[in-house]
Amino acid sequence: MKLFSPQIAALVVLSLTMAGCSTMGGKTAKDSGEGAAVSEAGGVDISAASAGENWQGNPLDNPGSPLSVRIIYFDYDESQIREDLRDVVIAHGNYLAINSTVTITVEGHADERGSREYNIALGERRANAVRNLILAQGAAENQIYIVSYGEERPLMVGADEEAWAQNRRVELLY
Amino acid sequence: MNKILVLVVGLLWHFQAIAALTIEITEGVEGALPIAVVPFSWEGTGAAPGQDIAAIVSSDLSRSGRFKTLPASDMLARPHSDAEVEYRDWKVLGMENLVVGRIQPNGSAGYLVRFQLFDVFKGALLTGYSIPATAGNLRATAHRIADIVYETLTGEKGAFSTRIAYVESIPDADGKKRVVLQVADADGYGPQTILNSPDPIMSPAWSPDGLRLAYVSFVRGKPGIYVQEVFTGKRQQVAAYPGINGAPAWSPDGRQLALTLSKDGNPEIYVLNLTSKGLRRLTEHYAIDTEPSWSPDGRTIVFTSDRGGKPQIYRVPASGGRVERVTFEGSYNARASYSPDGKSLTLVTRQGADFRIATLQLGNGRLQVLSDGVLDESPSFAPNGDMIIYATRTGGRHELAAVSVDGRVRQRLTLQGGGDVREPVWSPFTKSNRRNQ
Repeated sequence: MKLFSPQIAALVVLSLTMAGCSTMGGKTAKDSGEGAAVSEAGGVDISAASAGENWQGNPLDNPGSPLSVRIIYFDYDESQIREDLRDVVIAHGNYLAINSTVTITVEGHADERGSREYNIALGERRANAVRNLILAQGAAENQIYIVSYGEERPLMVGADEEAWAQNRRVELLY
Repeated sequence: MNKILVLVVGLLWHFQAIAALTIEITEGVEGALPIAVVPFSWEGTGAAPGQDIAAIVSSDLSRSGRFKTLPASDMLARPHSDAEVEYRDWKVLGMENLVVGRIQPNGSAGYLVRFQLFDVFKGALLTGYSIPATAGNLRATAHRIADIVYETLTGEKGAFSTRIAYVESIPDADGKKRVVLQVADADGYGPQTILNSPDPIMSPAWSPDGLRLAYVSFVRGKPGIYVQEVFTGKRQQVAAYPGINGAPAWSPDGRQLALTLSKDGNPEIYVLNLTSKGLRRLTEHYAIDTEPSWSPDGRTIVFTSDRGGKPQIYRVPASGGRVERVTFEGSYNARASYSPDGKSLTLVTRQGADFRIATLQLGNGRLQVLSDGVLDESPSFAPNGDMIIYATRTGGRHELAAVSVDGRVRQRLTLQGGGDVREPVWSPFTKSNRRNQ
């Protein structure tokens, strides 16, 4: 199957991953941008994009959707997106391409090993890797704000691989 | 390995009520000069001053790694002036030098601290001073005495009157973390909060005059570089570009800051003129370039780059030009800074799974690992080049540690009841260090 537009790609990804998904239906997303409205609280109405799916709410809240995954983990001193997480980033890219008024913060992080400023740079490189894959799906640059906290904001405090693995990450914040 | 010597001295700490600073000397001191510092007498009426001057002087001297001090309990006599000194009492104990002193009342609220330094083997008085002091600066007076003793006996300036800045993470009352930038005496006493933030503070750097600190502070999710006057608290934002604003490093003349910006796509080293605000780009590479540090002559900047695949130290002329690799040993070398004489670097090096503090001799490329922790970072030379302070993790705690440059004496500085401590930076020599005397 060929993907002709980010909009269709998004729906394909959504449909492939949603449990009990039936058909895509004829009502594809309207023009990107139309169906999305950002509330002050950051909530998003994308009823148009999700029309035809059996998840009735905000697709960002659908626990069966890759959009519900907001943390992308990385290997040590690596900024390449792991194969098993590429689809998640692509799903977010497609979502943003469709909903062009939605913006996200892409936060890069590192584990505590190594020097702090190098880890800031590494966190940014990871955030940029995620950003670039999102942009490749048709999202616009002004939808994405990048920041790196390096090792300054660990998810898990600890001095072992379990904690470090949790902390080498990029967080997608809608 | 020598037995562990532990000195615990109480101090009043501004944040918690009472805390204690533990100085634990963890390595041997073979070859260090034996010296006795006799407890000073109090010659006034009423309560004795609240600081044990001799203990502070002893602690300073032994921390340097250059001296082995005699415990007061081993002393055969307690002289307080030259008239009372019997050299044989100290010769039999193997002492080469002796410090005696007394504290006299001086005016209504002041003291006069008098001390003398002797060469035991020559049987000679080397020097003696009378220093006016107040209750508030007795510790500073003790550090000054240690500086005089150190300089008289080694020929090098002592760094005991200088200060350190560091970042501390403190749990708040509601369980959240506060991040504070602290300035304390070089032995960790008397911390004062320079900046208090709910968000990360990083990379403090002293101006060459010791009056200002540059640092990175995240404000509303954006990092910026700030320069703050230590005494007035007045601060100025000097860089807040899109992306990384990091790793500020002062030029030796204090007029420029080298820093890391990623505004042009990825982290590069720039030089910011603090007067004209002009910005000059120094590196141009798609890899990470960060952690600049100036040579003391101002001509060279070293930095961390992974342009060779792994982080290593490189150098570039401060005026721009060809980049050369400096470190070749090991898979991870980062955060380099110059020794005060410009002949060596201190840096973080990876050994197996551990990150340790090392020095690199620039003349012959010799790398010497000085620490033995699992996660040692942020090394910073004392302004006389004799010691390096750094951050270490012991168990779950992040603390400060210091090591003599020959690696012989290591010590941990534990602020009990405090938070995680990291990124220590040693101040330069300044007049302001002695402003209270």
